[in-house]
Amino acid sequence: MNFVEGAEIRDTKAPAGPIEERWEKRKFGARLVNPANKRKLDVIVVGTGLAGGSAAATLGELGYNVKSFCYQDSPRRAHSIAAQGGINAAKNYRGDGDSIYRLFYDTVKGGDFRARESNVYRLAEVSVNIIDQAVAQGVPFAREYGGLLDTRSFGGAQVSRTFYARGQTGQQLLLGAYQALERQIAAGTVEMFTRHEMLDLIVSDGRARGVIVRDMVTGDIERHFADAVVLATGGYGNVFYLSTNAKGCNTTAIWRAHERGAYFANPCYTQIHPTCIPVSGDHQSKLTLMSESLRNDGRVWVPLRKNDSRAPGDIPDAERDYYLERIYPAFGNLVPRDIASRAAKNVCDEGRGVGPGGLGVYLDFRDAIGRLGRDAVEKKYGNLFEMYERITGENPYETPMRIYPAVHYTMGGLWVDYDLQSTVPGLFVIGEANFSDHGANRLGASALMQGLADGYFVLPTTIGDYLADGPFGDVDEEAVAAAEVAVRTKIDRLMSVNGTRTPDSFHRELGKLMWDYCGMDRTEESLRKALERIPELRQEFWENVKVTGVAEELNQTLEKAGRVADFFDLAELMCLDALVRSESCGGHFRAESQDSDGEALRDDENFAHVSAWEHSPDGTPVLHKEPLEYEYVKMSQRSYK
Amino acid sequence: MNLTLKVWRQSGPKDRGRMVTYRVEDVSPDMSFLEMLDVLNERLILEGDDPIAFDHDCREGICGMCGMVINGVAHGEQVATTTCQLHMRHFEDGATITIEPWRAAPFPVIKDLVVDRSSFDRIIQAGGFVSVPAGSAPDAHSVPVRKEDADAAFDAATCIGCGACVAACPNGSASLFTAAKITHLSLLPQGQPERLSRAKAMVDQMDAEGFGGCTNTGECTAVCPKGIPLDTIAQMNSDYLKANAK
Repeated sequence: MNFVEGAEIRDTKAPAGPIEERWEKRKFGARLVNPANKRKLDVIVVGTGLAGGSAAATLGELGYNVKSFCYQDSPRRAHSIAAQGGINAAKNYRGDGDSIYRLFYDTVKGGDFRARESNVYRLAEVSVNIIDQAVAQGVPFAREYGGLLDTRSFGGAQVSRTFYARGQTGQQLLLGAYQALERQIAAGTVEMFTRHEMLDLIVSDGRARGVIVRDMVTGDIERHFADAVVLATGGYGNVFYLSTNAKGCNTTAIWRAHERGAYFANPCYTQIHPTCIPVSGDHQSKLTLMSESLRNDGRVWVPLRKNDSRAPGDIPDAERDYYLERIYPAFGNLVPRDIASRAAKNVCDEGRGVGPGGLGVYLDFRDAIGRLGRDAVEKKYGNLFEMYERITGENPYETPMRIYPAVHYTMGGLWVDYDLQSTVPGLFVIGEANFSDHGANRLGASALMQGLADGYFVLPTTIGDYLADGPFGDVDEEAVAAAEVAVRTKIDRLMSVNGTRTPDSFHRELGKLMWDYCGMDRTEESLRKALERIPELRQEFWENVKVTGVAEELNQTLEKAGRVADFFDLAELMCLDALVRSESCGGHFRAESQDSDGEALRDDENFAHVSAWEHSPDGTPVLHKEPLEYEYVKMSQRSYK
Repeated sequence: MNLTLKVWRQSGPKDRGRMVTYRVEDVSPDMSFLEMLDVLNERLILEGDDPIAFDHDCREGICGMCGMVINGVAHGEQVATTTCQLHMRHFEDGATITIEPWRAAPFPVIKDLVVDRSSFDRIIQAGGFVSVPAGSAPDAHSVPVRKEDADAAFDAATCIGCGACVAACPNGSASLFTAAKITHLSLLPQGQPERLSRAKAMVDQMDAEGFGGCTNTGECTAVCPKGIPLDTIAQMNSDYLKANAK
């Protein structure tokens, strides 16, 4: 696949000056919309997870007319609900040396110097407000006997800044946002459309002015207009078919927006989570994460010997390799996700993996149970242990868990400026769907923080500055019709192929290809192979997919087929991005670029930039580089040893 | 494993619906129940049939989207388990399994096993929240909460809104769902200002949606994948009575 290089992106709209004053400056500089005018302004928010749910609720509270869309049957079901471990905030309630600056520093470093300093600092700054907001909503965070909030330390951090609600922090935070959203629906400021899927973006006179959606119950294709559109449609990890994402998570909304002009940034940055339940067979439809909070008390090991088939309990300590503690004595089992994942892959590649197929490592609670007692361990992790037992049929109190890395999160996403606005004016992108805050690797408990920071605090301010110029008048009928025709044509095409393979079978094959060639370990050779194979498979898809039923009713096969079609196009761009970025950084590991210890080797001279890809009508992507400058956190090679 | 499935098929709200029998072969005991249905659906598509429509999303027991009545029990006989977390190792080889949608008047069938649960959202809209606009919150530590209260509130707050309680109740009552939210917020200091008005509005909405009344049968808590305790309903009734006595 060819590409051309376009102009550099120089202006990200971040205010100049000391970093701790930039957000304050931007807030003051952002124009306000008076309450009477807010009622005349319409905003569409697509997605109802932490970012979209909190944004729609907050925009409603501010007085805008909001239309909110989700593909599930209720906004409460968005996949933020499945986040287990916690949410970071620089409250320093422990007095253990945390601060906004430290959270900022840790996030920039954890992101392997591929995130934007200004954005990250703001994230750390508003993190403290998120906890206040959630507590006021009645989010039942874990508390200590004195009645104050409990915190824990989390992968990659040496301070205890992670707030949690047992192993269901995402659920509790999302229900908080959902309840705020339902309150606005009742108040009439938000109109809710459930079981609706966005299939295209309407761009009129250079501005994002609406969406084309499909009513998934009736099959009706609908047009909705607004003065601004907010995409909060999550990540694209399901391009790998097997991931910890919900089955419905997809790239369609952001991919269509990309085709309509929004740049796609760093598509190759994928997070592989180290602690997931290993694959059990070909029938596997998704992977389940075990919260990495388990790494606080669980110890990761494999047998010293290759192909050791003894039961874990029969292997004495002297014949176990607690490899994370051995290689990374300073951080031990708490090293960041990318490092823990790759280490697991390495020991399995050496033939020391455990369980079926040798694709697993032990996460052992024997010592924690000995030290703290079974009751204490059960209080902390009881629901996770139950979940593990339900899926595997094994009891982790008695035998160590088996875990293996799985695709979990995508740091890449649509490019946004400091205001969270994409390259299409009026199109804002928040939460996992954008790219801005996590660089090449996201730290644990930072996804919830970013989603809510964007939705409750950042977007509601910055979008006001854009809307201050509105309302923007009538939408160009030709633009609407073009988008609608594109949607209908694609559906008709999918319905009419009538081939011999199901959408899932194509999706599974694409996913396997991506995992093998663009997964934890990428090489020029593997990526070139993928770039050769993807177009072939895509062509076969369009000639041989089979969608039964009709488009004018609930048709889950059609829904899947449409999503898989977009995954093909995205997969190609991901591989291209991974190929062009010949350095290793964070979750992107190019085997050609490693140091003598086998650690990721960055190439700051050539790659200290964001890769923002522009879609071009002739299919040749245009690469725009946004140079990254580090004024505060000195660039250094990450070391967790 | 080889299984016989008897599945409720209903092409749309106006169709009367019927049970249809399918044979499924070579089922792995490690499959989840939904993965077993995936395999059947793949086959149905290739045979040119309409696959069985069912709701699902996270497949890790937390989003609350999946739910079917399996052998007469909401989410199946495995205790405290959603349909997606139910694994085939709990079934016998050669077994016949019946699969039906949630059945309750306020949950009309959309297609096959997919039902409309928007009535639950409307119950939350009636008052299942604390009125606190973004940005207006005091410091999180300004109000300590007794650990016992926080823990009990959490237990109620774990409800996933799947609707199994309604499907299991002989009266089609949504009391456990409604009570879980009322109890969660009633136990916390942040929920106090709206406590009674919330209970009244939510219970009234539940009635308006056509859900039945609670007669303490306890089927709801028995099938609840999160084990929401029955005494939340006592909390709801207590708050509701106080609200009406005012």
